[in-house]
Amino acid sequence: MATATPLLAEPGASPPLRLTRGSLPRWAPAGMFAASLGAALLVMLVTSFNWYGWGALTFLLYVVVITTVSRRVEGSRRSTDRLVTALVFTAFALALLPLLALVWTVLRRGVPGLTFEFLTTTMRGVIGAGGGVEHAIVGTLLVTGLAALISVPIGLLTAIYLVEYSGGRLGRWVTLMVDVMTGIPSIVAGLFAYALFEIFFGPGVRMGAAGSVALSVLMIPFVVRSSEEMLRLVPAELREASYALGIAKWRTVVKVVIPTAIAGLTTGVTLAVARVIGETAPLLLVAGLTTSMNTDPFHDRMTTLPVYAFSAFATPGFPPEAGYQRAWSAALVLIILVMLLNLIARLVSRFFGPRTGR
Amino acid sequence: MSAPAAPTIAGGPVTPLDAPSHRRGDRIFAGLARGAGVLILVLLAGVALFLVVESVPALTASSSELPQGKSFAHYVGPLAFGTAFAAAIALLIAAPVSIGVALFISHYSPRRLAGVLGYLIDLLAAVPSVVFGLWGIFWLAPQLQPGMAWLGTHLSFIPFFAGPVSATGRTILTAGVVLAVMILPIMTAICREIFLQTPRLHEEAALALGATRWEVVRMSVLPHGRSGVISAAMLGLGRALGETMAVAMVLSVGGGVSVNLISPQNPSTIAANIALQFPESSGVAVNALIATGLVLFVITFLVNFAARAVVARRKDFREGS
Repeated sequence: MATATPLLAEPGASPPLRLTRGSLPRWAPAGMFAASLGAALLVMLVTSFNWYGWGALTFLLYVVVITTVSRRVEGSRRSTDRLVTALVFTAFALALLPLLALVWTVLRRGVPGLTFEFLTTTMRGVIGAGGGVEHAIVGTLLVTGLAALISVPIGLLTAIYLVEYSGGRLGRWVTLMVDVMTGIPSIVAGLFAYALFEIFFGPGVRMGAAGSVALSVLMIPFVVRSSEEMLRLVPAELREASYALGIAKWRTVVKVVIPTAIAGLTTGVTLAVARVIGETAPLLLVAGLTTSMNTDPFHDRMTTLPVYAFSAFATPGFPPEAGYQRAWSAALVLIILVMLLNLIARLVSRFFGPRTGR
Repeated sequence: MSAPAAPTIAGGPVTPLDAPSHRRGDRIFAGLARGAGVLILVLLAGVALFLVVESVPALTASSSELPQGKSFAHYVGPLAFGTAFAAAIALLIAAPVSIGVALFISHYSPRRLAGVLGYLIDLLAAVPSVVFGLWGIFWLAPQLQPGMAWLGTHLSFIPFFAGPVSATGRTILTAGVVLAVMILPIMTAICREIFLQTPRLHEEAALALGATRWEVVRMSVLPHGRSGVISAAMLGLGRALGETMAVAMVLSVGGGVSVNLISPQNPSTIAANIALQFPESSGVAVNALIATGLVLFVITFLVNFAARAVVARRKDFREGS
């Protein structure tokens, strides 16, 4: 504080000269928060109860009370500090609210439709209720698997180029372009895949492989970034020891560097898959939608889980409740899939990861 | 190397270091690695090239052939406006919250909890956009609708709240809130990382002078992290500009340009428009959609490039000091 405001003084009385300044007891914030919570609840019960009103009123009451009391007792600097602390805590609560609401909504709406039958039937010939996601799960696994098959070699080799061959000007360009690629909107990746496949298969092309290409555009930068980070963690001593034994560079990379970093690489790839498995827009454009099972990614439309959820919502049929139910259950299946992949990635890096002491 | 026989170590002959097979293996491997790097450049150039080539028919077509019978500039204009508008709303909401959350995790929460809390926020990033879309329509829109109705009744003299009020809550404000939630994790992650890199000595010096926690943050953490916060905001903006499905699902579209936040007639965004129109389009209409995609690509490219440039300049500075 450049210009310290004087302590708030009683009107008419000159401020007493003190060497120490008062401070609130440690329990003051918690106590005042509880008091605000209670007071706000009382007001809410008297008028009409509303969760948001309760939260907002509690926040307002707490901020006003703590800043004025603190300003009285501790001075303006401490009072500003307490105000900011309250704001920072509120920001965190605000950020958690959508997460909790989302998880709760998806569980509440999705679980009732998540039956064994839902997982093992397709939408072939289904009108109204019934039907399931079997074809969409298979489609998602095929499209994403193929995308991983394309992206992992390219991404890993690029990372090796950047780390082991530290490529000079080309390397700097590649790094920059990988950064730019992480920002490509997914729908643009879909348009690119469409334009590419249109050349070979004519207008209106829809196939699983085109979806894989679109996902690869989104996945490659993730794989490069994470692999690069992991390869850089491999100690230079290991490489030097290998060179000292007369091992060629490529064998050093394949037999020493990659096995050392394998856990981190696996984690990175798993997270990249988890990142693209929920992509909807590009697949809506180029993989399309079908009601029955299609296990050939090179012919015809192929349903994937996100597109399935979207279409079940967009064209729910009549009555719409059955379609909405399918959309929520498919969303739940998708989230479970993503969380499983995240969990696997965490476990791999925890149990097989290098001990970096971080 | 005059010895006639290859040197042996107990167990068998050892291949000399410069044996042709080694050199060939190295050359092939180095070529593969460099090829992959070049392939990425080619891929990015290909994305740009294909979009341009496919856009040409739409750009040269007369306006009567295009969807809605308008010239391409008039077609893409409102969409570009809607894209920027929704992204701006998202950024306005997400920027202060993410800075707050990042500060909470880096400087306010108990050390032991920080990792778990950061992971919780990261979980938000893992949620697929189609799920955000469902959540936005079925949960968020009904929750926000009463608030928007209130704004429409009491503040309708402000152009943003001019009304008529949407009965479903599927407005551009709701779409902006959903986008804000979606870009929150990436912005928080970058801000948190930058805040944690504040030189320990700066913070301790401030503390030693008797600074409160807020003064430490204001005098050492925020100045240190400013460029990081800016680039985080721009990356978030890039995400919000390109996000498709959540907007396509949440927004009820009326077309045209309007700054009205709460009406049922909203401007659409480029990405959402592509997702909704593409499956039913053919002929020049497809080219027109690809051309709008090109516009989006250029916008996000510029935004991301600027963000990276800010980060890169900062990195040079840090390495130089």
